[in-house]
Amino acid sequence: MEPLLLFPDPAPPLLAQALDLGGYPWKAASSLQAAERLEPEDGWAGAVVSADADPEGAFALCRALRKRDLPLAPLLLIVTVEQLSALELREDLFDDFCVTGWSGGELDARLAHLFWRTGRGTRPELVEYGPLVLNLETYQAGLSGRPLDLTYMEYELLKFLATHPGKVFTRETLLSRVWGYEYYGGARTVDVHIRRLRAKLGDEAANLISTVRSVGYRFGQSRWGA
Amino acid sequence: MERQQDYVLRTVEERGVRFVQMWFTDVLGTPKSFQITPAELENALGEGMTFDGSTIDGFSRVQESDVLAMPDAKTFQLLPYLADDAPVARVVCDVVNLDGSPFEGDPRHVLRRALERARSLGFSFFVAPELEYFYFARPSPRDGTAPMPLDHGSYFDLTTNDLASAIRRQTVLTLEDMGIPVEYSQHEDAPSQHEIDLRYTDAMSMADTVMTVRMVVKELAAHHDVMATFMPKPLSGVQGSGMHTHMSLFDGDTNAFYDDSDEYNLSPVARRFIAGVLAHARELTAVTNQWVNSYKRLIVGYEAPVYISWARNNRSALVRVPPTKKGKRDSTRIEYRAPDSAANPYLAFAAVLAAGLTGIEKGYELPAEAAANLYELSPAQRLAEGIESLPGSLSEAVDAMERSELMAEVLGEHVFEWFVRNKRAEWADYKSEVTGFEYRRYLTSL
Repeated sequence: MEPLLLFPDPAPPLLAQALDLGGYPWKAASSLQAAERLEPEDGWAGAVVSADADPEGAFALCRALRKRDLPLAPLLLIVTVEQLSALELREDLFDDFCVTGWSGGELDARLAHLFWRTGRGTRPELVEYGPLVLNLETYQAGLSGRPLDLTYMEYELLKFLATHPGKVFTRETLLSRVWGYEYYGGARTVDVHIRRLRAKLGDEAANLISTVRSVGYRFGQSRWGA
Repeated sequence: MERQQDYVLRTVEERGVRFVQMWFTDVLGTPKSFQITPAELENALGEGMTFDGSTIDGFSRVQESDVLAMPDAKTFQLLPYLADDAPVARVVCDVVNLDGSPFEGDPRHVLRRALERARSLGFSFFVAPELEYFYFARPSPRDGTAPMPLDHGSYFDLTTNDLASAIRRQTVLTLEDMGIPVEYSQHEDAPSQHEIDLRYTDAMSMADTVMTVRMVVKELAAHHDVMATFMPKPLSGVQGSGMHTHMSLFDGDTNAFYDDSDEYNLSPVARRFIAGVLAHARELTAVTNQWVNSYKRLIVGYEAPVYISWARNNRSALVRVPPTKKGKRDSTRIEYRAPDSAANPYLAFAAVLAAGLTGIEKGYELPAEAAANLYELSPAQRLAEGIESLPGSLSEAVDAMERSELMAEVLGEHVFEWFVRNKRAEWADYKSEVTGFEYRRYLTSL
């Protein structure tokens, strides 16, 4: 299997030992840059991040790993009892956690469970919604089995929307999340790209993206079925 | 940037793309391209592809003839109208010097500079053109006689009319597949004339889009053994093909042209912009109407503008302010009616924008709205109202352009100088030709 990413670097001795005993290959990194430099070609198998010594660095790394195109998973976070309250509102940054004082058996069991649940090895990662399929790994989109030829920004916009179905986004939010801040075109750019996407989706699928009057856009059905 | 390139490379691989066309545009608005293979693409995306610019209209220079085509990865698009079994994609390129600086002859660079000027004033520029064109029967006459409309003077009137409409319909569907939303498409007034109205986008994307639309229209016509032309006035006695261009400036999300306290809903920014466009209209006409033939369209009686004026509901005016539904603040815009479908869209958008921005910067006063049908005014009445005319010929237009500081600035020295020289030469060629008009009129009677 591919190695696990371990934070921090140097690796905490107990943790390194437990992983070695569990048969998990790993490499330690102290920053996102280091993690990307050391990353194997097929990506990390997952990550074990210990927040014991440097909680801020740990959370920052988790966030960065989760914001990648293919968010890194599974991610096991190790915290002290005192740090438990810091997990609030950070639930999206990890898949499971251990409290310092864990035993090797516990770590092993949690990792095994995570790998089973996230189905490592069953890539590519697909986002499916009705007739629409996005392959996040190959950047390809398809509609009812027919490939959609999207430009880069159209793909990014569709990916963002399709990975958050039912949620309404304002044009400003879409602009900052999809285009980033360097873009100067203003929120009308979003309208232009939505129209382009709808044109490419064709009549039967154009309504996958609905306009929510004076708010913004929503992909798929509203959560409340409205 | 990396990710965009990755996206392009991956798509080429996944879709089995055989060739990638590198698109750019010469100074006269002619599409240019060369093909590369997927193997060359990665390098091209990173470093550009060198080519010899000396044979491209407006690209030649005294010293260095090599330039680089630098793909703009976000314009990468498969071309659905080409064969399915060997997919072909295109990517629009910026043309840059070998040291990476923008090449001054590149029309995209000219437009980008004008857009940066708008941005420095806090505006983004949106445009929506209406492209008119004709379908004609093939083969095209090469002996200087008029082409044959499809739906006129033909035994198969009904069927050929259907053919043109079918081609147009297929064209619109193809454009939609390419992510180019079409607002409206219709048969125009003249025989075999058609129109495709595009939904607004930012001006750079739109200029790329206009180039794409012209290409798709022509390609699909050729598939049906029909010729499509954007020539400004292909037939005497009927309307020519314009590219009426709707324009607005946005300040963030706010339409900077809209003001509900104004009787026309026009903000001071809009009024000054229109004033700027009108004040500089004569100077920029050589760019928006760049061919000898363009001036055969700009004549009285065919819904083309002749006089420099603005109005709300008067289609003879040069600038029209289309009425908008109450509360539709975003759709307040102006329509510039002079450009023709054979203009270089990059240069045309840049020139009109620069004229409007000059009006804003210098606080030009908007003259009164033209009330009457301008075609019906006598020369004396026009003089009394201070209404000037657009240039009547390419020669007149180039004269006006050559004296224009604004045009020298917006085009940049290289393009400005080359353009004036090229257009003078075109005029000289035209002037030296004895035409059918002269034979019919003079040969026997004189």
